Amino acid sequence: MTAQAPAATAPAAWPFAVRQLRFWLTDYRRTWRGSIISTVLNPLLYLGAMGLGLGTLVDKHGTAHLGGVSYLVFLAPGLLAASAMGTAVGESTYPVYGSVKWNKTYQAAVSAPLRPADLFHGHLLFVALKLTMTCSVFLAVAALFGALTSPLAIAALPVAVLTGLAFTAPIEAWTVTRSRDTSLAVVYRFGVIPLFLFSGTFFPVTQLPVWIRPVAYLTPLWHGVALCRALCLGTATLPGALLHVGYLIAVLAAGIWAGNRSYTRRLYV
Amino acid sequence: MRMIGCVSPPTAGELSIFGLDPVADGPAIRARLGVVPQEDTLDVELTVRENLLVYGRYFGLSRAVIRERSARLLEFVQLADRAGDRVEPLSGGMKRRLTIARSLINDPDMLLLDEPTTGLDPQARHVVWDRLFRLKQQGVTLVLTTHYMDEAEQLCDRLVVMDRGRIAAEGSPRELIDRYSTPEVLELRFDPAVHENAAEKLASIPAQRREVLADRVLLYVPDGDATLGAVRSLGLEPLTSLVRRSTLEDVFLRLTGRRLED
Repeated sequence: MTAQAPAATAPAAWPFAVRQLRFWLTDYRRTWRGSIISTVLNPLLYLGAMGLGLGTLVDKHGTAHLGGVSYLVFLAPGLLAASAMGTAVGESTYPVYGSVKWNKTYQAAVSAPLRPADLFHGHLLFVALKLTMTCSVFLAVAALFGALTSPLAIAALPVAVLTGLAFTAPIEAWTVTRSRDTSLAVVYRFGVIPLFLFSGTFFPVTQLPVWIRPVAYLTPLWHGVALCRALCLGTATLPGALLHVGYLIAVLAAGIWAGNRSYTRRLYV
Repeated sequence: MRMIGCVSPPTAGELSIFGLDPVADGPAIRARLGVVPQEDTLDVELTVRENLLVYGRYFGLSRAVIRERSARLLEFVQLADRAGDRVEPLSGGMKRRLTIARSLINDPDMLLLDEPTTGLDPQARHVVWDRLFRLKQQGVTLVLTTHYMDEAEQLCDRLVVMDRGRIAAEGSPRELIDRYSTPEVLELRFDPAVHENAAEKLASIPAQRREVLADRVLLYVPDGDATLGAVRSLGLEPLTSLVRRSTLEDVFLRLTGRRLED
């Protein structure tokens, strides 16, 4: 085995995280067909059922609470952010858990030159790519429904991706520490579903009781929904946008910090 | 083992691998290591060839280099005909061989093997041993842990017997046998009714060491046949008798005792 292809183990030009990104891309090649179908179907179903179906009833009742736009136009940017959250949480629970506990591909990767943090960052890169793809498809479908009214809507794409990443980083930091997969269901039951329903996606947070509104304002999803909506409706202001983006970046940064530590603790034992 | 593999920080003492510090230079050291972990860590959803591709990419190897090496390595571990198959349905022995092929993708200077044949059937073990022996002949340093003394005897130039985390003995298999055992062992099995009585009588037979087990008596002697003659001249007739050479297993049991350990 020796004396062939010299210098093959010399440091490569690509950073280590990109090596892990390539792993996930290889992995994705197996499932991309099914993934594309659900990526297109998801916005079609939700915008069709809620935006058009339910929206017809809502619009008859008057649209003042929605800022004077149809329910479909109100809903689409909220769903964009919420579906980014859904994709992000899906990617940062079972695939990560499986890499540590089932296939143990993470353990294999740290036997190669990669460090635990490289695995974490590589997966974040992959999730960022996947979010970019799913959110782009979502925006395209929303445009076909006539749900986008401002050219600023294109700026909602990076905001939705950022919203997803603000979930991925902290959840992944936590997932990698889990020793039983039943814990992961808790994320959905007590995290994803309440956020999905109560963070302003389907109705303005101002419809919530006053005492609980601050909780909604603390969730990353509300910031994502609020900014995506402001951009799609063309009502965004610079200070507001900076506040939302700043909050999401802060959550993402905290998640990266926590993940760097938890990945290292879990894989260097 | 994990410390040498730079995935576990040293708890005490000094450790240097290839002259490098495992804490500071983990990636650089691991780039030159091949690792066969105790538990397979293959991606069972991917194919045999994809597993090698993914792993080779971790080392920053180009697709062309990986393709060339994969073909050669799969030939080497006798998996070439399964290259396009998914890993999941492969047998334990095949997965083990694939893990060995994978560990060689970066052309390592040293190969770490953690119980490489545990759980394999005899045929599969012999294939693995054969491949490991060839690697050794090609000049690859093998560091392996095993509970199988025949494996250690086959593969090791130098071995260390560990007992509860401490080194109990160190040397080549031959040296250890010479040092801790006798050239031959006489194993005697008596009728259970006379077993204890016979064992007592055997005390008069000269032997370097004798072990009375529940079902057998073991005499560690230089010449088993001569001792068997002496036993018979005492008027004892064993049900079965076996003269065999001392093995590493005798050394291991002598050094670490026969009690079960966790």
